Amino acid sequence: MTADTLIDRPGTGTGRLKDGKGGTADIIFRFALTMAATLVLLVIAAIMLLLLRGGLPALMKFGPEFFITTDWDPNNEIFSAGVMLYGTIATAIIAILVAVPASLGISFFLTEVAPQVIRRPVGIAIQLLAAVPSIIFGMWGFYVVAPIMRDLVQPALISGLHWLPVVGYLFAGPAKGTGILTTGLILALMILPFMTALFVEVLESVPGVIKEASYGIGSTTFEVFTTVSVPYGRTAIIGAAMLGLGRALGETMAVTFVIGNANRISASLMASGASISSVIANQFNESAPGSLLQSSLLLLGFTLFVISFIVLALARYLVRNRLKG
Amino acid sequence: MNRFQRRLAFDATMQVIATGLALIALAMMAWILVTLVVKGANALSLRIFWLPMGPPDGSGGLANAIVGSFIQVMIATAIAAPVGVLAGTYLSEMGQSSRFGASVRFINDVLLSAPSILIGLFVYDIAVRPFGGYSAIAGSLALSIVILPVVVRSTEDMLRLVPGSLREAAFALGAPQWKVVTSVLWRAGRAGIVTGMLLALARAAGETAPLIFTSLGNGSWSFTLTEPMGSLPAAIYQYASSSSQAWVDLSWAGALVITVGVLVLNIVSRVVLAGAGRK
Amino acid sequence: MNLNPSDITPAMRSTLAHEQINGAKPKIQVENLNFFYGDNQALHGIDMAIPEKRVTAMIGPSGCGKSTLLRVLNRMYDLYPGQRAQGRVLLDGEDILAKGVRATTVRTRVGMVFQKPTPFPMSIWDNIAYGIKLHENLSKADLEARIEWCLTKAAIWTEVKDRLNRSAIGLSGGQQQRLCIARTIAVKPEVVLLDEPTSALDPISTARIEELIDELKSEFTIVIVTHNMQQAARCSDVTGFFLLGKLIEFEATNDIFLSPKQQKTQDYITGRFG
Repeated sequence: MTADTLIDRPGTGTGRLKDGKGGTADIIFRFALTMAATLVLLVIAAIMLLLLRGGLPALMKFGPEFFITTDWDPNNEIFSAGVMLYGTIATAIIAILVAVPASLGISFFLTEVAPQVIRRPVGIAIQLLAAVPSIIFGMWGFYVVAPIMRDLVQPALISGLHWLPVVGYLFAGPAKGTGILTTGLILALMILPFMTALFVEVLESVPGVIKEASYGIGSTTFEVFTTVSVPYGRTAIIGAAMLGLGRALGETMAVTFVIGNANRISASLMASGASISSVIANQFNESAPGSLLQSSLLLLGFTLFVISFIVLALARYLVRNRLKG
Repeated sequence: MNRFQRRLAFDATMQVIATGLALIALAMMAWILVTLVVKGANALSLRIFWLPMGPPDGSGGLANAIVGSFIQVMIATAIAAPVGVLAGTYLSEMGQSSRFGASVRFINDVLLSAPSILIGLFVYDIAVRPFGGYSAIAGSLALSIVILPVVVRSTEDMLRLVPGSLREAAFALGAPQWKVVTSVLWRAGRAGIVTGMLLALARAAGETAPLIFTSLGNGSWSFTLTEPMGSLPAAIYQYASSSSQAWVDLSWAGALVITVGVLVLNIVSRVVLAGAGRK
Repeated sequence: MNLNPSDITPAMRSTLAHEQINGAKPKIQVENLNFFYGDNQALHGIDMAIPEKRVTAMIGPSGCGKSTLLRVLNRMYDLYPGQRAQGRVLLDGEDILAKGVRATTVRTRVGMVFQKPTPFPMSIWDNIAYGIKLHENLSKADLEARIEWCLTKAAIWTEVKDRLNRSAIGLSGGQQQRLCIARTIAVKPEVVLLDEPTSALDPISTARIEELIDELKSEFTIVIVTHNMQQAARCSDVTGFFLLGKLIEFEATNDIFLSPKQQKTQDYITGRFG
């Protein structure tokens, strides 16, 4: 410290730069942060590895045929994933086909059409729909929607479309209410609010000047939406749709209630089916540790994990990229 | 109609369709809520909040399931919140541009939407099978994995919203990093971090799939963490798929309770965040 | 100084001369400092000696490196990966860029006030106490005295003494900035860096801060980066002019504004560019 300092400077003691405290605490703190972040990685790695380990006996026994054949016979200990893969993917695709256009329409309403005062409340109401637990959708689907599907919607679809070539097979009776189609529709309603919220976020990030430029040459609101806003946010919109797909693929409770739980594939969308998650939910607790059934269920779980991981990873890649730029 | 009129008419049509879709979505929301209230009201009485689950004649309640849910969600939050806040802080304060940080962020985002039933299977493998039985601890652990990524994400997002100048100002006083983070950054992002926890908690409270292979469910009172413990979603699942009408009615009452609870938590968290934004 | 006579640049020679005139010894000596943002070099071979208990102004057009230099002086750049400094920055003869020197310690001795006021989201009292408590364990009475001392020094005591427990966010912009100055000097640093401290403020607040700078220089070495040339002329003793990452001229303020030696300096202060 210099002699002519008027005030004493206790903060630095001797004034030597290499003294001072706080170093060790910072090292510990940074170590704790890093450990916590590592834990997130470890959790997902452990989920994947343990599912694979559990499914290995089934994979050894059935080989790659596990994924393409459709037998699920616990009495004779013959298992394969075909039925569940079909159910999982078919319901998710129906959900996406319905939810993407609907979400785009609602996000058009929320970003361009609706008067400013009602945008927020309507937006919040739709987001609250996303918070409703999935089991509620399952009960509602089973007790409320399925009877309506059985008595009104499915008979109409069957009588209206069954005669069509090819497409007719998708709409062959009987009308049971539950099944692939109903499940897909319930899933669509479940992922709709989530996707709408993401779409709105993307569309609101479109710079106003770009939209104004299009309005400036006489475009209508819908033309601006389809030719400027949606193309501008295209990547993120695709990403958001894939996030919705990822959720639909992995949803358990809603599906378990309404898919009908049948161990075979039917051409008709009216028919019952099974998804990976519904089979796990229904049968896992009845499987004995170490049994081939349990191993097959874990292998199904691993399969679902891989599918969801790929879809979600791709989705996150697209969304992050776009929203960052 | 000339070309211009056709375009205007098309625009008007699409606006009407979009409005219609929004109305349908709101109607669905209303339909679900009305269904819950109408069907839930059949069995909804104060009794369900203090009687444990009972026989199929419907003379029981849901109290043990509600308390069980509460206990497991609280333990799950206690496990996940500290880890989540630390990991989120890592992403915001240390891992902004490192490869490791990018991987953690990416994996966390995947975990955020990962099928929750797989979390149930995972915890079954690490905390049920090795110890020979279902337990409340296993259920809490599963829920904590549901909560963790939400807390990580919201913590990172909130800390990123803290202006860089505030961070620098704290460092400029000679504060060590742990002090800057704990007393300035966490404080500045507090409202958002708490909101994230409330949202995560609400999500965990409604989860069924991670619980059915872990804490299983329990038809009577249990406060032992190493035993199976009831939870509201598991009770609803059990009752809703039963053949007893009284149980089905009870499951609707439970569904009403859980939905109201989750929606209230969501609304409260929004208010917390809005309140913080105004200051 | 451990310099060969041959290492002394023209800029340093003029500073040394200036130092003799003003009787101030150098508090910070910057020696051949290069600075990089990733692959971009932002500072090229800077040499300067910042005199103790004087106000040193750094001027120049946007992107000239003046703020970058300021952020080297308290190692603020450390917070960002990819930014690195080469060369030596001697604080009382000790190199703050050397291995093993803790940035925290440097920042305790070299405080900084930012362009935009940065009150912490806590009460006025806690804002000031925050820095003090990092370094010292004061009794309540001593703490109160210190807080009053630095708020008085920063010319804001009378405005806030009745509401020390209120949130600092509620203060006006000018008050917030004086609070931030108080918070910085509360730690009793030796050097105070000011990064365009008045650019976000109205003219009246600006005038108060300038008066404050003048008072503070009796106890602190002050370095101010400013866009405003009148400000540099009004409140500094020495001024450095930066252009494209180089220190073009470093002279007594009067000299640089009245008789600049370099054509580029002349062009800049007469408003021909920048």
